[in-house]
Amino acid sequence: MPHAHPPTAPTRRQLLTRIGTLAGSAALYQAMTTLGHAMGTDFRGPPKLTGAKRGTRVLVLGSGLAGMLSAYELRKAGYDVQILEFQSRSGGRNISLRGGDTVTELGGATQKVGFAPGNYINPGPWRIPYHHQGLLHYCREFGVQLEPFVELNHNSWLHSTGAFGGKAVRYRELASDFNGFTAELLAKAIDQHKLDEFVSDDERAHIRQAMKSWGALNKDMAYTKGNTSSLRRGFEKPQGGGIDGAPVPSDLFARKDVMESGLWNWIAFHERLDMQTTMFQPVGGMDQIGKGFTRQVKDLITLNCKVSSIHQDDHGVTVTYTDTAHGDAVRTAQADYCVCTIPLSVLSQLDVQVTDGMKAAIAAVPYASSVKMGLEFKRRFWEEDDQIYGGISFTDQQISQISYPSHGIFSKGPAVLLGGYMFGPAAYDFAGMTPEQRLQRALDQGMAIHPQYRKEFSNGVSFAWSRVPWTLGCCSMWTEEARKTHYKTLCSIDNRLVLAGEHASYVGCWQEGAILSALDAVTRLHKRALGAA
Amino acid sequence: MRKLLLMTSLFITTGFVLPVVAPIAAHADSASAVAGKMQTMPDGEAVYRHVCQSCHMPDGKGALGAGAKFPALAGNPKLQSAQYPAYVVLNGFGGMPWFSGLLNDQQVANVVNYIRTHFGNHYPDTLKPEDVSEIRPHLSVEEE
Repeated sequence: MPHAHPPTAPTRRQLLTRIGTLAGSAALYQAMTTLGHAMGTDFRGPPKLTGAKRGTRVLVLGSGLAGMLSAYELRKAGYDVQILEFQSRSGGRNISLRGGDTVTELGGATQKVGFAPGNYINPGPWRIPYHHQGLLHYCREFGVQLEPFVELNHNSWLHSTGAFGGKAVRYRELASDFNGFTAELLAKAIDQHKLDEFVSDDERAHIRQAMKSWGALNKDMAYTKGNTSSLRRGFEKPQGGGIDGAPVPSDLFARKDVMESGLWNWIAFHERLDMQTTMFQPVGGMDQIGKGFTRQVKDLITLNCKVSSIHQDDHGVTVTYTDTAHGDAVRTAQADYCVCTIPLSVLSQLDVQVTDGMKAAIAAVPYASSVKMGLEFKRRFWEEDDQIYGGISFTDQQISQISYPSHGIFSKGPAVLLGGYMFGPAAYDFAGMTPEQRLQRALDQGMAIHPQYRKEFSNGVSFAWSRVPWTLGCCSMWTEEARKTHYKTLCSIDNRLVLAGEHASYVGCWQEGAILSALDAVTRLHKRALGAA
Repeated sequence: MRKLLLMTSLFITTGFVLPVVAPIAAHADSASAVAGKMQTMPDGEAVYRHVCQSCHMPDGKGALGAGAKFPALAGNPKLQSAQYPAYVVLNGFGGMPWFSGLLNDQQVANVVNYIRTHFGNHYPDTLKPEDVSEIRPHLSVEEE
């Protein structure tokens, strides 16, 4: 509504000032939240840790975002910090693949990425919600440039093998018709007094009015073919200029087909808090974040360290590891405390000296299987032929979605799209295939949405997270039962050891979970270290 | 992810009929996840090929990662009792997901019987769907 507030109402700032003056800052915070400010994850700014006892050593295991952030904040607080990393790179699951990169997975299959210069795929995290303020804060602090990530694209395709004769439909057509028909039904129910029993006169009038504007109903409260509906779903002949410029409205889908299609699931998908616009991605690939974090703590990281045991007593922590860069020499590292960010799928198999409760917690969290496909095509046919600029098309086939690059729009030459992003049954199935089989399957299924696929295909890479040696899975997957029994224990400080990572958060599978978990872990560890000093 | 497994579990255990498609949104960036349709898996080998071999490998020999592994099923003495692999399939183990929501009793029995008679294993006794039903746990994925 253009004039939702009467002009005499105080401005938001005037109102907040008044509330702040009268009731103090707690009320101000509450009011800000109510008025729509200060929304986000549970990030309240970076911790200001100071005054570590001189010479206190902290060993951080893992150089993903949680590990590097822990090291960054602890060093700032005055600790002597060292990071051990299994891989020959830092960044953890924050990763991008480019031409020339090699992917070797468990089972031995090796892929060489053949993308053209400048192209990349993010096989792990690929988008950042605007309310992941912890991650966004550090991106800003570490100079990581961000750009918008297109999540919702009204011109993308929705496809179901069992709906609309297996033909993909545009998101805007489906969404318009779903909204329109639903609004019409509700308006009709009101007009036929079917809701009198539940809804007051006044409210019925409001709902009726809302349905008319929300659903694009005509003056008779019907959703019909015409300019009003076509201004939502698109015209048969678009609006033009000059003598023949008059538009021709498009036919609606049959209501029954819309309701049966199940495609409305994809409308709901974008409404989730996690997926709401504005979303972001780093300019040049998700790994720019890992690189930004690495710049802060590079001097603390030792790569190629395969941890085999974590032991502790009243005096300190001893970690045993194999130095895979130096003839598999077995070494130990000692510290006063340890922040362990090793994924639980791996940690649960190591020799870790903790309480039975912690041991049970570490073993209680399964890791999801996920597969992503990066496909390079000779040209941006989705832009040139279909006017799709970023966003996601969805399908009920295994690949589940095709996401178009949010960057480089309108550029010529080869481009990479996300040709499949799977969890659950499809991910298990794809992960069990050879990379070549995955590619062929992804191309076959993509053809149902983009007939240009085979002709324009150049090369591709698949990334099966359950076959990644250093995570053995994609990310943590809590059951209600495990959360209830084990979560608090998992997050507690076990003598001199604390865990951090997305698995120790309620923002599982997101980078923000790693950030918030790390900040909480180091804050409590610092307190503990000061207390014990 | 979470929703995905929960829903799948509901559908299977209640015999609920899906609408034409069942694109089910899942949690978090796992999130983007949607359940593609479940394969038809008429026998134990199909379950193994479409689900298990993603980690335990086509030859059942497992794999070795960062100081951690996917255990081999080939020559694994823990398969001596059929109850044990059935329990692990249903409940998961460490980083291994639970499959009680994804596989029905017959499928669990089939795949257990399959791995116990392949990859060099020759156990004569078979697991029945009723045996699986008895030990099926109640696990629910978190609400998002």
